Amino acid sequence: MEARTLDELRAIVDGRGLITSPEELHTYECDGLTNFRVMPRAVLLPTSTGQVQAIVRICHHEKIPFVARGSGTGLSGGALPVENGIVISLARMNRILEVDFPNARAVVEPGVINLDVTARILHNEYFYAPDPSSQSICSIGGNVAENSGGAHCLKYGFTTTHVLGLEVVLPDGTLVHFGGKALDTPGYDLAGVFVGSEGTLGIATKITLRIVKRPECVRTLLAAFPSTNEAGAAVSGIIAAGMLPAAIEMMDNLAIQAAEAAVHANYPNCGGLLLVELDGPLAEVECLMTDVNEICRSNGASEIRQAQSDAERALVWKGRKAAFAAMGRISPNYIVQDGVIPRTALPKVMNEIVRLSTEAGLRVANVFHAGDGNLHPLVLYDRRITGQEEAAEALSSNILELCIAAGGSITGEHGVGEDKKKMMSKMFAEPDLMTMQRVRNAFDPFQLSNPTKIFPTPRLCGEKPGEYTPHPSESAGLAERF
Amino acid sequence: MDAATKSKSTNVHSSFRYDLMAFLGHDYVQPAGPADAVAGVEPKVIVSPANEMQLAEVLRRSDEAGIAVIPRGGGTKLGWGNPPSRAELILSTARLSEITEHAWADLTVSVDAGCTIQKLQQTLALHGQRLALDPLWPNKATIGGVLSSNDSGALRLRFGGLRDLIIGITLALPDGTLASSGGRVVKNVAGYDLPKLATGAFGTLGVITRAVFRLHPLPRSSRSFSVTATSNEEMRRLIHAVQNSKLAHTALQARFENGATPAVDILFEGTEAGLKAQETHLRVLAETAPVAEASPEIWKTRQDLWSFPKPESAAVAKISFLPAEIDRFMETIAKSAKVRQLRWKAVAQATGIGCLRLEGDAMKLRDSLQDLREQFERSTGSLVALYQPAGMPSIDTWGNTGDALPLMKSIKQQLDPKNTLSPGRFIGGI
Repeated sequence: MEARTLDELRAIVDGRGLITSPEELHTYECDGLTNFRVMPRAVLLPTSTGQVQAIVRICHHEKIPFVARGSGTGLSGGALPVENGIVISLARMNRILEVDFPNARAVVEPGVINLDVTARILHNEYFYAPDPSSQSICSIGGNVAENSGGAHCLKYGFTTTHVLGLEVVLPDGTLVHFGGKALDTPGYDLAGVFVGSEGTLGIATKITLRIVKRPECVRTLLAAFPSTNEAGAAVSGIIAAGMLPAAIEMMDNLAIQAAEAAVHANYPNCGGLLLVELDGPLAEVECLMTDVNEICRSNGASEIRQAQSDAERALVWKGRKAAFAAMGRISPNYIVQDGVIPRTALPKVMNEIVRLSTEAGLRVANVFHAGDGNLHPLVLYDRRITGQEEAAEALSSNILELCIAAGGSITGEHGVGEDKKKMMSKMFAEPDLMTMQRVRNAFDPFQLSNPTKIFPTPRLCGEKPGEYTPHPSESAGLAERF
Repeated sequence: MDAATKSKSTNVHSSFRYDLMAFLGHDYVQPAGPADAVAGVEPKVIVSPANEMQLAEVLRRSDEAGIAVIPRGGGTKLGWGNPPSRAELILSTARLSEITEHAWADLTVSVDAGCTIQKLQQTLALHGQRLALDPLWPNKATIGGVLSSNDSGALRLRFGGLRDLIIGITLALPDGTLASSGGRVVKNVAGYDLPKLATGAFGTLGVITRAVFRLHPLPRSSRSFSVTATSNEEMRRLIHAVQNSKLAHTALQARFENGATPAVDILFEGTEAGLKAQETHLRVLAETAPVAEASPEIWKTRQDLWSFPKPESAAVAKISFLPAEIDRFMETIAKSAKVRQLRWKAVAQATGIGCLRLEGDAMKLRDSLQDLREQFERSTGSLVALYQPAGMPSIDTWGNTGDALPLMKSIKQQLDPKNTLSPGRFIGGI
């Protein structure tokens, strides 16, 4: 990049908004997936849509690739910089621009932290539903890029369900608007295409969100089973009984041990733990909770507990949400995987994971969003032992292949990013991927917006699936991630 | 078109038709008649492939031969959208009607595009499940047609629209590509969300051949209530009170008719105990307004708007508005209709989507549609003119294109570069 270009960029964002010193650039060389690192040429921190447009126009003119970045909590390397490219951080665009309670909408800038939306509307008994575990630090812009989920998306839907409108700077600097506060804006559902496109179609600079009224009551139940098979059977029973809980989470014994060690959630020590949350009108929830109790009991639950207070409920969730970071208590290194299977394939896939894990001589802890079949196997290893890291990477990839073979997906919420590009061609056929590329070409013919992500390219030297490294605020106990 | 070109074009057609017959069998390549007209434009031939591979091949050959293709499911909404600039071949999905897999324990279904909504719902009900959607004319409307027209009803309040229910799609593109996106699991963020792109695209980007949906359980019990309001203001207050309450209602609609007081309908689903408690809560919120148990038939109001005695003097539009301002929007309609001596009837969902029927003199219908479109668009809403009477000089179906039109055209160009699919039917001439 020429010095002249850098001067032009500096002129847009003022001195504070441009980072070029190597020491400061280090912060931006990776996101939550730390094994991929690329040093960007510069980082820009615009404060307005106009500034984003001006930066992107220069990138377009000079053909400089750019990567938009929110809080950098992503777990698939989606915000990994591109060689000789720039990073556009939206962290300084963090205003909640409007809250419209009568229409249940909020308009925010992309750098707004997920949990801050709820904090702003809680007094009126509203909340913003998508709740990735990183919600205390991740940004709405990042959520839009990744179509973030969370434990409660079983009932409430993903980010895409809650994004009604977007202001977007296209990769040539043009400003466009998709959707809006009212539904079904005539034309193609471009907001639907943009959400989850992992920063490859442009940069969202304003987001219109749907906000949701808080339910009358919330009830959380813990049930202890001999193994994940019985717990899985109970989940099937709940679904078959025609219930749609707000969340159903499952942990195996290793995950329980780790969570206990980390946050003392007071979980029963068992082979398969189920956490079921129901919400809605009190009379409805109490009636259904009786059924859930019965279903758990008839499927062999040895212990069933209902959280008796908000504090107890919070503790139950804390254990679940801390599960990833907690692995550090029982293993020096570990890889977090994110795969999806049709829920009914759970017993079969679990048995296969046990077989693969035994063969590899490595432990695998399992944390699931059991209601929607989203698995988070955590492959534990010790880097200091020769060959273990490679074995862990192979095991982690093999588990993902199990998910594809079962008719599932290579990612339920972490995204493809840099990490799973090579798996895309195992899940999709060439014509499927080519069609996606054609859509991408309509948005970004010069492939400047996060150009190296999602789509498979020949594997490069030194590219490898990644170990989990807790975010600094996670280690400090300030935040958790899935 | 001069005589030479015309005869050349006819030649292309007959040989093209002959080839298709050889490919699909004579019975599946039929001449089209006046009843097959697409918004007034009469196509030449109706082709009914047996499977998606055949469908993609017919599409590819048509594209190659420069023949314009209109995909057709049940044909219930084929009149919606602008008249096509060209329409030669109707590509029927009638023979693609299988329910490939009802994975009931996983709450998903894979279904062919030509399957009717009714057949699908009946199959799902065998396992106590449903596609939580209440589109128009379910006995005839097909999956592909409902998706392409993005048709949703009152259940959208609780379960979202098609965009929230579809999890996977297979599309046939004009170059013969069969492309799948999404998958068979509810939670999946791998790749672009093309199911949403195809939803509401009016068959302009590809022909939907298959879709996968997430399902919901059928409710254990359900009850409907109607509250009669004495004024639009009271109606707005009531809707706001219910929407802002902790009731977990499944649907809420308001019914309007010129000269009558508005009524608000509320649907509760769940356990008997839950319904009882919610009914009590509703009666408190209604204050003095009378609350009566209603027949489930009230949820057919939207479809009833489409039954009118004089097709030459009626127009039907889909309206979208900010839900909290429902009273203001309805007053806008009342005023616009009154000054033009038009009769009107509307049903508006709490989601901010409604259906409006205007009746009267054709020229005045046109005036009113344009006037209302302008006023709705000014308040971030929209008006889509779905049905316009034959005697009325037509207006564009869609209205304001917004600033993303060049991008939409560029997507169309990428997927259908020769403008083979439903040309001219969609927004901004797409």
